[in-house]
This record gives sequence, structure tokens and C-alpha cells, in this order.
Amino acid sequence: MRAVITVLGKDMVGILAKASTACAESNANVVEVTQSVLEEYFAMIMLVDIDKLNCSLEEMKNRIEAAVPEMKVHVMHEDIFNSMHRI
Amino acid sequence: MINMKDIMETITMIQDEHLDIRTITMGISLIDCCDSDIDKSCQKVYDKIYRLTKDLVKTGEDIEKKYGIPIVNKRISVTPISILAGVSGGDPVKYAKTLDRVAKDVGVNFIGGYSALVHKGFSAGDRELIESIPRALAETDFVCSSVNVGSTKAGINMDAVKLMGEVVKETAELTKDRQCIGAAKLVVFCNAPEDNPFMAGAFHGVGEPDCVLNVGVSGPGVVRSALSKMPKDASLNEVADLIKKTAFKITRMGQLVGAEASARLGVPFGIIDLSLAPTPAVGDSVAYILEEIGLEQCGTHGTTAALAILNDAVKKGGVMASSNVGGLSGAFIPVSEDAGMIEAAKAGTLTIEKLEAMTAVCSVGLDMIVLPGETPAETIAAIIADEAAIGMVNSKTTAVRVIPAIGYKQGEILDFGGLLGSGPIMAVNNKSSAVMINRGGKIPAPMQSLKN
Repeated sequence: MRAVITVLGKDMVGILAKASTACAESNANVVEVTQSVLEEYFAMIMLVDIDKLNCSLEEMKNRIEAAVPEMKVHVMHEDIFNSMHRI
Repeated sequence: MINMKDIMETITMIQDEHLDIRTITMGISLIDCCDSDIDKSCQKVYDKIYRLTKDLVKTGEDIEKKYGIPIVNKRISVTPISILAGVSGGDPVKYAKTLDRVAKDVGVNFIGGYSALVHKGFSAGDRELIESIPRALAETDFVCSSVNVGSTKAGINMDAVKLMGEVVKETAELTKDRQCIGAAKLVVFCNAPEDNPFMAGAFHGVGEPDCVLNVGVSGPGVVRSALSKMPKDASLNEVADLIKKTAFKITRMGQLVGAEASARLGVPFGIIDLSLAPTPAVGDSVAYILEEIGLEQCGTHGTTAALAILNDAVKKGGVMASSNVGGLSGAFIPVSEDAGMIEAAKAGTLTIEKLEAMTAVCSVGLDMIVLPGETPAETIAAIIADEAAIGMVNSKTTAVRVIPAIGYKQGEILDFGGLLGSGPIMAVNNKSSAVMINRGGKIPAPMQSLKN
């Protein structure tokens, strides 16, 4: 099972580092990362493996939010995107 | 990897465009709770509902967290209580209080099924239940009631229509110190669907399984936003196509959540009902979709045609996305719950006559319309009869949920607060329909051939 984490907000130093540290603390393996910076705005999408998570998905989201409090964080199960955008 | 554009689209839909699972509604048959002793019967009802739904709210919340999608309401629908009342006799309000108590104990926010199906006539319990509706809705908080007065196969029971005109009025009277809220929980149907998950008209039909989970998905904001990005000279074929694609995506999400919830609760998955149900939140409006299609304001000429495009495209997208589409599936047009409709009604662009025409092509009927408090019961019955006739002749579901605003006059505003919104009091025709309504009897079922 995989989850998609998105982090959106104003660009600043260390967002990727802090978010991935929070993932590591939850034992979520980062499979893929794409990020783009548009002027001062930062958008990052991480695909993480959540099979061996040591906490709930919600707890992981709380940890990421605590790590990057200025940013808007969404954590959603991969299934939702597959069912909405694939036939 | 999943496309970045798709991911951002989904997140925008949820965060900015109010996409949500509007309700997961557990339908429960109470046939096995019938008892000739009303107190025993009530106890069985409480026990069965509690046993099956004690985890409903928690499961809903868990799925919300897993997928990051809001599930706004968790609800229950039950077998029409008139059947139980017919067996047990006694005061049917006891059942209403039992339903209210169990709803509060398991934490759901509405329970539907204080209902009777009388499209062909009254059987034991039906009349007692209908006459008790005003008290039942005044003395409970979460119970919703509905009565089916007509169908394409049976015609319209005009004795029931007359009775319902009085019941609607009395329900509003008994709750006049609470914005006449009772009437907002009462729906009069023609061709009522047995698997509808949306309140206030939800009940668990007698042809349904013992326990089933139905899901209602909504998202008028998503459709409006998709249309707003479309050039103004795009043809209506393209408009219909875009609505269809958007409806497809929304329904797929509902399908996923419904399947997951039914697996976790160990209950069969019933249907998914994709209905564009507006909320008073800014942007979450069906009227704005119609305006986005190209009307200056909802209610003007062309509104019925625009709504017909919308309603049909929503159904087509939904049917492609799930093989379990049911319920009402289409566009709802509740006036007080829709910011665009409220504006249009205040401006005088949207009238009851236009709304009635719109109901011939949309999924339900005259919904959440606030009438002047002095409207006679016969006039309310006549409004119900008109609406039931549209449903009967066109083989579709129609419904009436009107609120006579006791103590208010035309032009004033009745404010319910919350999801029910606020409605301007709309003008009704003040010529009497009393003689026709007092005739009683039945309107015969219509021809199904020679359709012209």
C-alpha cells in the first residue's frame, strides 16, 4: 500500500528534509518525490510505502504537519487517485 | 507514478471545491422487530439498530482519515414505521422517540423512515402514523419522515394528498418557535425510491436486504469550477461532456469509499447515489452551475433546459463509474440550501412556478421552499398534487418539502442555520384549490403508451 503526501506553501529552506525526516520516523519508505517551485510557491508530492508504518496514517500526517507547520499538508491513500483517474 | 496534475486536481476538488462524501447511510430492515406489544417492538427496534450501527460513525471517521476525504454525514434509514405501527397498534410517536434515542446513542445526525407508503390506499397503521407526524417531528430532533402518495403504476391517492397538506401545516405550527423546523424534515413523494441515502426522504424499502450500506456523493462546486474554466463559446455538447467526466470522477470516489465502508462493517454495499446536493457554503451551489452554463441568473428562461443537460450528464457519468448507481442520482434544487437559488428567489427571478417546471427534468422536486405562514392547507395539498402529477406522468421521482413559515409574511427570511440554510418566503398563488382537494378519491394511473 502506498500513500501520496502533498506539501504546498511558500518556499523556504529544508522543507523536503523535514518532511522526509517525519516519514522516516513513521517508518514510511519514500518511493518517489517530485517537486516544483513556482516563484515563491513550493509544491511537493511524495509517494511513500506505508506497509510497515509504525503509526496510523493520521499520526504520520500530524508528524509531517508538526515538522513543517507553515505548509499545507495532505496525506491520502493511493487508491483514491487510482480510482478517480483510471478506468 | 500517478500524474501530478491528477493529484492536484483531486486535492483542489476536496479543499477548494467542497467535494465530499455527503452521507453514508445504513439501511436496516425492521420487519423482524414487529411485535403486537408496542413497547416490546420499540425495544427490538432499538436493539437491532444499535447492534448494527454502533460502529458506523467510527468507521466513517476512520475512512475519512485513510483517504483524506470528508464524510459529512453518517445516517440510518429504516423500514417504514407504518408497518410496525400496523402490527403493534398504539401511539406511533413511541417509535419516533425510540429512533431518536438510538440515533443520539450511536452518534448519527439523522434517522429516516418514519414513513408510510399510501400511493394506492391506507392499510393498518398508515393513517395513524401520518396523523402522528406533526407530534413525532416536534418531539424528536433527528427523526425524518416521508410519505409516498403516488406512483406511475398506481396513480395518486388524493385522500392522502389532502391529509398531507394538513400534516405539513400542522408540523410547521407545532415547531413555530423553532423556525418551523419540523416541516423541513418531512417529504411527500411520488415514485419514492427505496434505496435513497439522502435525507429527509430516506427509508429502507421492503424489497431491500436486511441491512445494506448506501452512499451519497455530492460536489456541485467541482462541476461549477470545471465549467468555469471552459471557454464561453464551447458548445453544449462539450458542456455535457465535461459534466459527465466530472461526475464520473466523483462517483468513482464514492464507489471506493462505499466498498471500503461496507467491507469494514461487514454489510453488503447497496448503491451509490451521485446527487449534486448544494450546501449554503459559497460555491457549493447548483444554481451557480446553471449560471455557469450561460444564464444571467437561475430562474430565467433557459433554466429548465440547462438543468436537463446537467441532470442527464450527471447520471451518464455516474452510471459509467459504478454498476451500483441508484437512489435519486441527479441534481437537487433545494432553495434554502443553495446560495445561488436564495439570491435568485430574493431577486424575484426564481418563482415557485419556475421551480415546478424545473422539477420535471431534475432528480427530485420542490425542495426546501418557504411559503407564507397563512397559506391554506388545501393550497399546500394542491402544490403536492401538482408535483405528484409531474412525477406520475413522467415516470420519475418527485417530492415536496415546503415549509409554511408560521408568523412570517412574504418577502421575509426564515433562517434555519446550518446545512438547511435560510429561505426567502416565496409567493404562492392566492386563488383557492379547495374544491378540487376536498373531492378526495384517486387520480387514475396514466397511460404508458400513446405518449405525446
